[in-house]
This record gives sequence, structure tokens and C-alpha cells, in this order.
Amino acid sequence: MEKYRILPHTADGKFLAFGATLEEAFVHAALATVSLMWDWDRIRKIQSFSIRVQGRDLEQLLLRFLEEILFLLDTKNFLLAAVEDLKITGAESQHELRAVFWGDTFQGHYEIFGDVKAVTYNEMKIEQVSDHWSVQVVVDM
Amino acid sequence: MELKRLNDNTWEIPKQGEMKVPALIYASRKLLDSVRSDLTLEQARNVACLRGIQRMSYVMPDAHQGYGFPIGGVAAFDLDEGIISPGGVGYDINCGVRLLRTDYTEKDVTAKRRELLAEIFKEVPAGVGKGGVTKLSQNVLKEILIKGAEWAVENGYGTNADLQMTEEQGRMKDAESTFISRRALERGLPQLGTLGAGNHFLEIQKVDRIYDRAAARIFGIAAEGQILIMIHCGSRGLGHQVASDYIQSMEDKFGIKDLPDRELINAPFKSSLGQQYYKSMCAAVNYAFANRQMIAHWVRDVFKKVLGSSPGMRQVYDVCHNVAKVEKHTVDGREKSLCVHRKGATRSFGPGRMEIPEAYRALGQPVIIPGSMGTSSYLLVGTAEAEERSFSSTAHGAGRVMSRHEAIRRFRGEQIRDEMAARGIELQSTSWKGVAEEASAAYKDVDEVVRVSDEVGLGRLVVRVVPIGVMKG
Repeated sequence: MEKYRILPHTADGKFLAFGATLEEAFVHAALATVSLMWDWDRIRKIQSFSIRVQGRDLEQLLLRFLEEILFLLDTKNFLLAAVEDLKITGAESQHELRAVFWGDTFQGHYEIFGDVKAVTYNEMKIEQVSDHWSVQVVVDM
Repeated sequence: MELKRLNDNTWEIPKQGEMKVPALIYASRKLLDSVRSDLTLEQARNVACLRGIQRMSYVMPDAHQGYGFPIGGVAAFDLDEGIISPGGVGYDINCGVRLLRTDYTEKDVTAKRRELLAEIFKEVPAGVGKGGVTKLSQNVLKEILIKGAEWAVENGYGTNADLQMTEEQGRMKDAESTFISRRALERGLPQLGTLGAGNHFLEIQKVDRIYDRAAARIFGIAAEGQILIMIHCGSRGLGHQVASDYIQSMEDKFGIKDLPDRELINAPFKSSLGQQYYKSMCAAVNYAFANRQMIAHWVRDVFKKVLGSSPGMRQVYDVCHNVAKVEKHTVDGREKSLCVHRKGATRSFGPGRMEIPEAYRALGQPVIIPGSMGTSSYLLVGTAEAEERSFSSTAHGAGRVMSRHEAIRRFRGEQIRDEMAARGIELQSTSWKGVAEEASAAYKDVDEVVRVSDEVGLGRLVVRVVPIGVMKG
């Protein structure tokens, strides 16, 4: 199964991310987000951050999860290469996500070509389609 | 969607369904074609449904689809009955443009433009993941959020004269730092005095054409070939986080079930949450003013270092194009205070408004409209007519027509650099792929955008400039 697909959007970044499970779709959404800024498969996995976010619904959980990428980029110059051990717990109005981000600190040796400013709710969709999950996100660029 | 043609450049979505007012689109047929290709019109209609909206939901000539509100959208709300919406301001709060004039001519600068650009590139941090050179404490950051460009001037970046030539004199007085999250502050700390990336840029330009010599002279521009500097950037991660935080807290408080689009979330202007967002937004506006103030200072230093002296590097003006402001406007023959949202739109006050610098008050404010990379940019003047036509607003730039992904697929940054070099434009960037994303072919024709602005009377043409040196973040 393809991990994600970048969709046309006039001004911003839009993508669909897929996964056999909701967790896998979230991991692929993280990779899709960073693919708009750098080539994640070229970043060394030498530093890690444990992250934990909560959301009232799955949409908010996804938004806050992806925002962690931007927060660590701005505050730690951290470039994400991979997401491991992603677990989603809870239900109904209280979801929690834990994961480990792997990557490297930016020191000029990687090419960064785009700037994702924020993750938005615009056209956000999280769906279970027959045997897999699909999430759609628009990010502000 | 059904549109009523009012004249060659004006189209109306009549009031229908949940709309409280009609929507009005300023576009030529050519621009309208691109406006119709995405969700701009649906978004303008959604905005017309919001509580307390006055007169019309306006759409500027460079409009394209945003999230919630269209980019190029202008909407004003009653202070008592109406709302304030983070989506109506945008994530990059006080994304804006600063223009400096100089006494240099093309002859003085052409041979040294490569050196100038290389030095600016060294002095002004740009690109993603580039922290600023200033190490700030949280307390100093909070002071900057309150004082804006005034803080920068007090700390040796530029002069009081710069403040006079900045919207709000570089400081929105309603700013408070108390309601800004720790995360937003943390994102703001390392980024003060940085250009950022994406569509943000710094250009050395030359005056290419003067449409209105008298107005140009008042703005400090005398002749073709004169060198100007344009700086386009915003409030960086701090502003983005403020927007994101308040979109979420407004959802928590008011819910989303009545909204046609989750990003249209809003709060009554006078509610405590509405006021907290407004004051925090003002603080983010101030951060961006300080940011551009510092960058302008460094650019002046570079010119001085490379060319020996920098006489007459005076600021023409500094405009915000993502902001909500409380302004007085006339509605149904009565003057009242409104909360005017300009998301990807530039204020264009005409003669007599007290908000604009005394030197320009008899004429109207300078309106700075940057083009896309390597193309013309424009200096316009605000008009009296814009008051009744768009709450004194006009376009803010070229506006995209092609997605970034498609642009990367179609263009090569190195090729764009070579083509620009052949036209006498030097280009520096942190990323060639980033250059491809910003290819001018991915944007609307800025010439057409300003032509419509001029014809409709939203802002009139004064000067056209072309770049000779471009630094892309």
C-alpha cells in the first residue's frame, strides 16, 4: 500500500495518508507532512523525542500530533525522519497518542525546501475504508 | 456558483440561504477564471453567513482558496453583535511588506549586486530551521510583544522615523502577552530577526515605471532606475501558534456543529475569549513589526558596508496583510467602529485618515504589493473610494494558481536562477527546490491584479519596480 499521496492545492499543502491501522495512517501522515519540507528518508535517525498529545476527537488528536513536528522544528531545529511506537488509546471524547520521533538536528547539511506554517482542520477527513484507514490533511504553507 | 455581473471588474453573489449579506468579488474575467477554479467563492459565501458581518463579504483581485476565509478576503464585523475569527486573519499574523527607498541608482548598485546580496544573506537568517542571531529571554520577548518595532528602535535597530512610516507606528496598542501560550513563546524565542521561508523574500529592486510622479515624489521616489529594498515576512512560528491555539480554544468553548467549515471558528468580539485572541493577535503583529524592523536595519548596514555610505535609506512604509483591526467606517450613512479582517489583503486608506503618517495624509497611504519571484512589484496609493468599496482594502500580491507540488514537478530551481540571471536578476536561496516552488509561473499575473485594483479604485498605481537581486528564504 502506498504510504501517502500529495494532492493538488492552489496555495497550501494537501495530502492523503493511508495505513492498515489508524496508527499506521497517522505515522504516514507525519511523513507526508515532512515530505513537504525535506526528504525524510535522507535524515539520519540519531536523536529522539517522546511525544504525547491528547484530543477531544480524532481530528484534534491528528492536528496536535502533526503540530508536534512543527514545534520541535521551531524550538529544537529537529528534522523528523521516522515515527516509532505510535499508540492511540482512549475513546469517544478523550483520545491520547504516544509516539517516538526519530531524526536529526538541522545544521545546514540537509536541504529544506518548504515551510509548513500550521496544520489546519480544513478538509480534514479521517476514514476507515473497507480494509484500511485514510486521513486527509491540508497544511498552511 | 451563480454570479451577477455588476461591471467588467465587479461580481456579486446575491444574498441567499444563510448569507446575512451579499459577497462582492473584484476581478477581471481573466482573474475570475482562476478564482472559480477553486473554493474561493464558496468560502466568500460562508464568510457572508457569520454573525454581525457588515455590508458585504469582499474578495480582492488576487484571491484564492484559503481555509475558512479565502485569501484575499475582507470582512468587517460589528463590535457588539459581531465576531473575531483567527481564520479571518490567517496563520501568519502580520505577514506584511516593508519598503525602503534609497538615493542609489541602478548604476551604483548593478556591479555590486552580487556582493550586496551575499552580505545580506550572511546577515539576515533565512530558511526553515534557522534560528535568529538574537538570544532572547522570555521577559524580553514579552516586552517585544507589547512594544513591537519600538523595542527594536530602542535597542539600536533603526530610527524613530521608521516607526512613523509603519502601520500603527509599529506597535498595536491593544497587545497583551498574558494570553499567549508557552508553546507560542517557545516558538518565538529563537526566530526573532529571521526571514523564514516559503513565499517570504527580500529584494533589491529598481524603479521601472512611474505612473503618478507627484505621488511618487511624496513617497520619496523621484526617477526610474532608483534603488528600493522590499522585505516580505511575518510573525514566524509565534504567530502560527497563536492562531492554532485560539482555533482550538474557540472550538472547545463554542463547538463546531453550526459551522460550514471548521476553520471558520470564531468568538464574539467582546467575549473574553474573543478579546484574548484579539490582544494576543496584536502581540503577534508587534512581533512581526519588530522582525521587519531588525531585518531592515541589517540591510542598511550591509549597504553601508558594501557601498561606503547609505544616505537616504528611508522607509517608505510597512504594511500588514494578515490582520484584524478596529477601524471607523461608514455603514448605512453612519460612522461606526468595526473589526475589519484582512486576510491576504492590504489596507488602502485614502486622504485624510488620521491613521496614516502626516507626510502622506493629504495623498493617501502607500500600498505595497509584492509580485512573485523575479516579477514586478508595485507601489499604489490608497483611495477615498476604497472606503465604500472594500472597507479601504485592496490586493496583497499575485496569489497562487499552481500548487507547490506541481511547481516542483514542473520547474527546476537552477534553471529559474539561470533564466533570472539572463534578465539581470541575481538570486540567492537556501534551497533550489524551494525556488522551484515559488516559480513565477505558479502565480497569477500581478500586473493584471494591480490593473484591476487601479480600475476599480481600490488602490491607484504609483510606481512599478523590478528586482535586480532576490533573496528567497
